Amino acid sequence: MAKAKTNTEDYLQMYRQMVRIRTFEDTANQLYLSAKMPGLTHMYSGEEAVAVGICEALRDSDHITSTHRGHGHCVAKGAEFKQMFCELLGKAEGYCRGKGGSMHIADQSHGNLGANAIVGGSMGIATGSALRAKLQGRDDVTVCFFGDGATAQGLMYEVMNMAALWKLPVIYACENNGYSEYTKTEEIAAGSITARAEAFGIEAHQVDGQDVLAVNALAAKLVARARKGEGPFFIELMTYRYHGHHVGDINREYYRSKAEEKDWRENRDPIIRFRAHLVAEGIASEEDLDALNAQIAADAAEAVAYAEAAAYPPAEEVDMHVFAA
Amino acid sequence: MREITLSQAVNEAIAEEMRRDPTVFLMGEDVAEAGTPFKVLAGLVEEFGTDRVIDTPISEPGFMGMAVGAAMTGARPIVDLMFGDFIFLIMDQLCNQAAKTHYMSGGKLTVPLVLRTNLGATRRSAAQHSQSLQALVAHIPGLKVAMPSSAYEAKGLMKTAIRDNNPVVIFEDKLMYQDKAPVPEEEYLIPFGVANVKREGRDITLIGTSSMVQVAEKAAEILAREGISAEVIDPRTIVPLDEKTLIESVKKTSRAIVIDEGHQSYGVTAEIASRLNEKAFYHLDAPVLRMGAMDVPVPFSPALEDLTVPTPEAVAEKARMLCAGEMIHAAE
Ligand SMILES: Cc1ncc(C[n+]2csc(CCOP(=O)(O)OP(=O)(O)O)c2C)c(N)n1
Ligand SMILES: [Mg+2]
Repeated sequence: MAKAKTNTEDYLQMYRQMVRIRTFEDTANQLYLSAKMPGLTHMYSGEEAVAVGICEALRDSDHITSTHRGHGHCVAKGAEFKQMFCELLGKAEGYCRGKGGSMHIADQSHGNLGANAIVGGSMGIATGSALRAKLQGRDDVTVCFFGDGATAQGLMYEVMNMAALWKLPVIYACENNGYSEYTKTEEIAAGSITARAEAFGIEAHQVDGQDVLAVNALAAKLVARARKGEGPFFIELMTYRYHGHHVGDINREYYRSKAEEKDWRENRDPIIRFRAHLVAEGIASEEDLDALNAQIAADAAEAVAYAEAAAYPPAEEVDMHVFAA
Repeated sequence: MREITLSQAVNEAIAEEMRRDPTVFLMGEDVAEAGTPFKVLAGLVEEFGTDRVIDTPISEPGFMGMAVGAAMTGARPIVDLMFGDFIFLIMDQLCNQAAKTHYMSGGKLTVPLVLRTNLGATRRSAAQHSQSLQALVAHIPGLKVAMPSSAYEAKGLMKTAIRDNNPVVIFEDKLMYQDKAPVPEEEYLIPFGVANVKREGRDITLIGTSSMVQVAEKAAEILAREGISAEVIDPRTIVPLDEKTLIESVKKTSRAIVIDEGHQSYGVTAEIASRLNEKAFYHLDAPVLRMGAMDVPVPFSPALEDLTVPTPEAVAEKARMLCAGEMIHAAE
C-alpha cells in the first residue's frame, strides 16, 4: 500500500467513508430488491477507494460533479445518510426534495454539484466551475468524476482543450471500471485513455483505484498543485463495479464472467485491503473496526427507517422550482 | 390472431426489412449482444452479424452523423437512440444535417434513415430519462415522425419508415414494450399520414398519440357509462398528419380534446388543436382542448410524477365539461 496521510484519524476516516459507501449501497440494493425503491439505480460498490481517496483530498469549498453511479461520490463528499435515503425514496426531506432521485442527487452544502443521468453530461459543468473559481481568484478545485464510457463523448475533448488553454483548476477523474454498460471498455475505446488528455498537454496519471492510499496520495498532490494554478490534471483510476450496470442487470455472464467478478471481490477489494493494512500497521484493531462497521450499519438502518416513514412532497411542489425566484 | 409484444413487433419489423434489403443496418449503444437495455433488438446480431448490427461507443452525435453520411451514400441506417432524452445531443446532425440535405441539394441527395427512440414518463426515471420530445423534431421541416400506439402499429410503421426515402423519427413508449396486441403473421405496412379511428362516437373526439391512445380509450369507456359517446382517433404519424380524418370527425362530434405526452406548451397538442380551430371552426360547439404533460421537468418522486401526465379520469372530466357546455366561456 502506498503511504499518504499519516494521521490515524485520517486513515480511520477513509476507512469509515469507504464502509459507509458500501453499507449505503447494500442497503439501497435491498430497498430495490424488496420493491421499496422506485426507478432504477447504479451501485458504486467496489469503487469506494476512488471517491474516498479523492474526496478526502478536498474541502467543502471544492466542487465535484458526479455521474449516474453517484451515491459513492455523494457520501465521500460528506453527505448524510438520512437525506440521501429520503432522496432515493422520493421523499420531501431528500437532498433534492425528491425531485432528483438516485441519478440526480446533489448536495450543495458539501460542494457536490450533482449526479448526472447524461453520460459525460457534467464535463462542461465541472470545467465551468473551475473557470468560476479562477475568475474569482479562489484556490478551489473542481473534480469531474466520469466513467470510461464517457470518454466517448465529444464534449470531453472540447472542455479539456479549454481547460488546458486557460490552466483551469479542474481534475478529470476517469473511473475505468472496465465496462460501459454491457460492453468491455476495449471494444469501445481506441488507444490509451490517458493519451487523450496528454494530447492537450494535460498531465495524466494512471493509478490503482482499489488502493485508497495510492489514490489519496496522488489526489492530494494534484489538488495542491491545481490550487496553485498548475492544473488541469487527468487521472485514470483502474477499478471495478461489483454489481450489474444497474440493479436489474442480474444475468450478465454473457458479457462478464463470474470468475472475473470473484477475483476482484476477493483479491482486490479496497475495503478488505485497507482494513488489513490498518490492522497490520497497528492503526486499529479488528475489534475497533468491527465496532465501526456496526455503528455504520446501525446508522444506515436508522436512516432507512426514517426515510421509509418520511412524507412524500406535497402535490403543490410539483410545479415549484421550475424557475428560480 | 397471434399476440406479440411491442418489443417483438419492432424486432420482427427490423429483421424482415434487413432480410429484404441488404442496405439496411443498425447502429447504437449495446444493440448487438445485449440487444439494448430493453432487449428490443435481441437476436438480431446472431442473424445479421456485427457488420449490420453495430455496437457504438457512447458517442451519439458521432454515430448519428455517420448514419446521415451512410444514408446519403446509399445505405438505409437505423439508429438506435437508447432514450428519447438523448435527442438533445444529436440535434445538429438530425435537424441541421439529415432534415435539410434533400432540400438544400435541390432534391439531389436523400437521407433515408430511421431514428428509433422512445418517450414516456411514470417509470420513475427522473427528468433526463422520461421526456416525450416529439414536438421538437416535428417542428423541423424534412423530418417525418411516427408514434406507434401498440405492437400492431409499431411493426407496420417501422417497416414503412425503413422504406421511406426521408429521415424518420419513431418514438416508442418505453412503458409499452411488454404490452401485447394482435399482430398478423403475414406482412403488412401501415402508410404514413393515415389516422386510425379506434372507436366511433358522436359527442366528442379524443385524439391521442402513442400511449395516450390508451388513455383516450379508457376515458371513452368511462364516458360511455355516463351516456357520452366519444370517438377515439390515433393519427399514428404526426408528420405527415392526416388532417382530413381528424377534421371529418370533429365536424361530426363538434368537440375535441387532443392528448399527447409532450409538454403542453408549444406542443403537438397545440398544433393539432389549432388546425382544428382553423379548419373546423364553424362546426365546433366548444373550444378544442389540449392535454399534455405538465410544463415541468419530470420529477422523480412517484408522488409528484403521477401528477404530471394526462390520465383517463382527467380526460373524462374535461370531456364531461365540454359536453355540458361549461367551457364555452372559459376565457371569462
Ligand atoms: C448520453 C448518454 N448516452 C447513453 C446513456 C445510457 N448509459 C447510461 S450509463 C452508460 C454507460 C456508462 O459507462 P461508463 O461511463 O463507463 O460509466 P459506468 O456505468 O461504468 O460507471 C450508458 C451507455 C446515457 N445515460 N447518456
Ligand atoms: Mg465504466
